[in-house]
Amino acid sequence: MCCLTNLGKITTDVDTLRSEIRDKSVRVIDVRREVDYKQDHIPTAVNLPLANLLSDDSPERVLKLINSMGIDDETSVVVYDDTFGALASRVAWTLEYLGHSDVTLLETTYSHWKSLGLENDSIVPEVQTREHSMKLHPEILATSDYLENAKTRDDVILIDNRERLNFLEQHIPGAISLPYRTLASNDKILRSKEDMKRLLDNRRITGDSEIITYCGSVGTLSGLAYYALKSAGLPNAKLYARSFKEWKNLEKPTEKQKDANYWDLSAE
Amino acid sequence: MTISDLKQTIPDSIKPKINWSRIEEADDFAKTVKLFRQGKYAEDSFRRYRLQHGAYGTRMTNDYAMVRIKLPAGEIYPDQIEKISQLSEQYSIGSAHFSTRENIQLHWIVLEDVSEIFRGLAEVGLTSREACGNSVRNVMCSPLSGVCPAEEFDSTPYALATARFFLRNPMAQNLPRKFKFNFTCCEKHGMVRMVDVGLIPQIRNIDGTPQRGFKIFLGGGLGNRSFVGHQLEDFTSEEDLLYTSIAVVRIFDRLGDRKNLARNRMRYLVNDMGWDKFQNLVLKERAVVRATQSVVTQLEVDKTPNVIKRPVRISNENGGEIIPDGYARWLKTNTVKQTQEDYRSVFLTLEAGDITASQLHGLSNIIRNFSSEGMARSGFEQNLALRYVHEDDLPNLYSKLIEIGLAKSGALTMTAPIGCSGTTSCNLALTNSHRLAKEIQRKFLELKLDEDDDLSDSSIKISGCPNSCAQHGIATLGFFGGGGHVGKDMYANYQMSIGGRSDGDTMLGQTLLRIPAKRIIPVILKVIEIFKANKKSDDTLKSWIHRVVNGNEDSEIKSLVDIKKILEPLVIPPTIEEDPDFYLDYGSDTSYHTKTGKGECAA
Ligand code: HEM
Ligand code: SF4
Repeated sequence: MCCLTNLGKITTDVDTLRSEIRDKSVRVIDVRREVDYKQDHIPTAVNLPLANLLSDDSPERVLKLINSMGIDDETSVVVYDDTFGALASRVAWTLEYLGHSDVTLLETTYSHWKSLGLENDSIVPEVQTREHSMKLHPEILATSDYLENAKTRDDVILIDNRERLNFLEQHIPGAISLPYRTLASNDKILRSKEDMKRLLDNRRITGDSEIITYCGSVGTLSGLAYYALKSAGLPNAKLYARSFKEWKNLEKPTEKQKDANYWDLSAE
Repeated sequence: MTISDLKQTIPDSIKPKINWSRIEEADDFAKTVKLFRQGKYAEDSFRRYRLQHGAYGTRMTNDYAMVRIKLPAGEIYPDQIEKISQLSEQYSIGSAHFSTRENIQLHWIVLEDVSEIFRGLAEVGLTSREACGNSVRNVMCSPLSGVCPAEEFDSTPYALATARFFLRNPMAQNLPRKFKFNFTCCEKHGMVRMVDVGLIPQIRNIDGTPQRGFKIFLGGGLGNRSFVGHQLEDFTSEEDLLYTSIAVVRIFDRLGDRKNLARNRMRYLVNDMGWDKFQNLVLKERAVVRATQSVVTQLEVDKTPNVIKRPVRISNENGGEIIPDGYARWLKTNTVKQTQEDYRSVFLTLEAGDITASQLHGLSNIIRNFSSEGMARSGFEQNLALRYVHEDDLPNLYSKLIEIGLAKSGALTMTAPIGCSGTTSCNLALTNSHRLAKEIQRKFLELKLDEDDDLSDSSIKISGCPNSCAQHGIATLGFFGGGGHVGKDMYANYQMSIGGRSDGDTMLGQTLLRIPAKRIIPVILKVIEIFKANKKSDDTLKSWIHRVVNGNEDSEIKSLVDIKKILEPLVIPPTIEEDPDFYLDYGSDTSYHTKTGKGECAA
C-alpha cells in the first residue's frame, strides 16, 4: 500500500506532489507562520506552525494535532517550509516519533515552489478529524542523559549542525561539525543521495555507527540532518531534539577551539 | 507541465575563457586524506601534497585547513563568485577572504571537506592547485591592466598564458621554494620590484615597427629579509617572455637553496651570487632554452579582445534622479577613470579583505548588471574592482552596493588598511593583525580621513608576525606583530616602519619604533598631525615622509629621530592595574600571550 511505496523515501519531488494533490491522496502540512500561510500556500495544505507544535509537544497533544489535521495511520503526509527544510524536518520527525511512518519532506522550499510559478492559493481546506494510533519510537530520540552515556561509546558519532563559527566557539565535547548548509544543494533541501553519501563517507560517517544529531535550540537544523542521514542510507540516527540549548542550561561540559580569533575573520 | 518547463530567467553570465580545474584532483584528494587518516601516508609527504593542492594548515589544529583559490590575472566571473558564496556557507565560516595576491581564501574548512570544495570549484572552472607549496603561485596582473591610462598595452593575456604554462607543469612542481610572477600595467600600479619576476609591458620601435615586450625585474621580494628586484635588460621582447621565464625558473630550481628554509627564496640566491653574475646566468640560460625548446613550446596568448557590452538595464528603479548620500565621497575615493571614454573602474572597500556569503551572492548579480566586461578583477589590496562601469550607471550601482553593504568609501585611500590573517587562523601569528586593520578602517572612515587628498596615496599594512604576508615593508606606515611585556604581563606590540613604497622609487620602510596594539590608532593620528603641521602646500603624507626618510626635509622635522621623539610618550605602557584593556589584544578578552604552532611557509 501507500506505506510500502513510500518506504525509505525521504523527500517528495515537486511533480509527484502536484499529482498527489490532484489525486487527493496526500495531506500537505505547511509549517510556516500562520500569517504567511493565510496569504498563500500550496493548494489543500493545512497549517501547523512549528512554534505551535513546540509550545507543547507531549505525545498526547501531538496526537490531537495529528488527528485534527485529518491524518490517520494510512495517510500519506508531505511537509514543507520556507526555511531550507529545517522546520519541516522537525515536524516530520515528530510525526515519525509518534508512529506515523508515511511522512516525507517536499524536496524544495515554498519560495522556490512559487518562483517556479507553481499553483498556490489561500483557501483553508475543511478537514475531517481522523483517529491516529500512538506507537512511540523512542529509538529516534536522544535525550541529554542518553547522550551523556552514548558519547563515551566508540560506535557513536555526534554531529553538530550549527554554523561553523558557533561550533568553534562552543560545542558538546567530541562532536563533529557539519553545518546544515552542507546538506543542501542548489534548489533542493537535500543533496542527491550519491553526493550525500560521498560527503558523509569522506567524513567517515558510516552505517557502522549510531549517529546523533543536534543543533542550537529545538532540533530543526539537526532534524534536517537526521533526514539527510536517512537519505544516504544511514537509518541508525537519533535526534537530540532539545539540543545545545538544553545542554547548556543543564550546565553539562562544553568544548571550544582555543587560541584563535576566528570571529574576526567573519565579515559580519 | 513539469518544473523543467518553468526555469527562472537569470541574467546572462559571461563564461570564463579558461578552465583551470581538473575534477580528478577532487577524488584524488579525498582518497589521500583517507589514507593519511588511516596512517598510510607519511605526515610530511601528505603536507607537501596538501599544499601543492592549495590547502594550508590552520592555527593550533590539524582538523581544519584553509583553501586558497587562485584567480589568475585576478579575473573572476559572476558564476564563480556565486559558487564561492555557496562554498563559504557550506564548508567555511560564511565569509570568504580576498588576499593581496589575487587569491580568495576560505578558512576553517574541515580537512575531509576540502575535496568537496575542489568539486564545487571545478563546476565553475577554478582551482587552488599550486596556490601554496613550492610551486609557481598565482600569476598576478594589475586590476587596471587594459584600462589604465598610463599603460602601453594590456598585459592580461600574457599573465593568463604564463599561468597556464606553469600550472601543473612538471618543471614547477618541486622548486626550492614558492615562486611568484606579477604582471602590471604601468610603473605606478603594480608591485614588480617586490616579487621573483615582475613585468611591465612596454612597446619599442624596432626597425620602424612597434614591438611588444616587457621590462622584467628579478629577485625582489618581501619577508624576514626583503630585497628590491633588478631589471634584467632594457627590453625583453614578447617572443622572449616565455624563454626568459623558463630560464629563471630553471636556474632557481638548480641553484636555489633547498636546505636552509629561511633563505630559499630566489632573492637570496640573487643576493648571494651578486646581481651581475645572476643576470649573466639568466641571459646564458635563456639562449640555451631558446635553442633547445621545441617549437611547440609557446605561450598561448589569447589576444582576442573581450566583448564590451553595456548590460541592458532591466528596470531603472531610481531613474537616476535620487542620488543617495555619500555618493560624491564614494565616487572620489573608490573609482578611477579608464582610458576608455565614459567608463570607470569601481573598487569595493572590504574590511581586511573579508566578504560575507550573502554579499558575494549580491555581488554576482551586480557584476552581471553593471560591468560591461561581465566580470570583476581582484586587486593587490585585499579588494576587488568592477571595471567598464558606464558613467551614467554609477549612481545606480552605488545604490545597489548600499543594499548589500559594500558601498563603504575609501577603497583607494589610506583608510583601507591591509591586514594578514594573524591570530584569526595563522599558525605563526603573534597578534590579531586582521582585526587591527578593521579597527583602523572603522575609526578612519568615521573621521572621514578618506576624503583627505593628502592621505590618499599613502598606505597602511599590518602583518601579524615578521613574515610580511601583509607586505608591511612597502607601506607608508607598516606594522608587524610581536609581544611586549611589563614584568610578567604581556601585551600585543607592533614594530612600526615608515616610508615604504612599491612604485618606481621602490624602497623598504625604515624601522621607527615599537607600538603597543592599543596605541596604534593614536600614533597614526599623531603622525598625520605632525605632517599637517610641517607639510608644504602640495605635499601628501607619502611625499613628505619620503623627504624625511631621505634626509631632505627642512622643517622642524629633520629626520625620523624627530618623529620618534614625538611619538615616544604615546607608547609608554601603563601598568595592568591602570589600564587592563591595554593588555588585551584586539578581539580578545583574555590576557595576551604569544602562542604559535608549526609554520608552513617553507613547506
Ligand atoms: C615563515 C612563513 C611565511 C612567510 C615567510 C610568508 C611570507 C609571505 C609574503 C612575503 C607574502 C607577501 C605577498 C607577496 O608575495 O606579494 C605572503 C603572502 C601571504 N601569506 Fe605568507 N608567509 C608565511 C607563512 C604564511 C602562513 C602560515 C599563512 C597562513 C596560513 C600565510 C598567509 C599568507 C597570505 C594570506 C598571504 C596573502 C597573499 C596570497 O594570497 O598569497 N603565510 N606570505
Ligand atoms: S605575516 Fe605572519 S601572522 Fe600574518 S599571515 Fe604571515 S605568517 Fe601569518
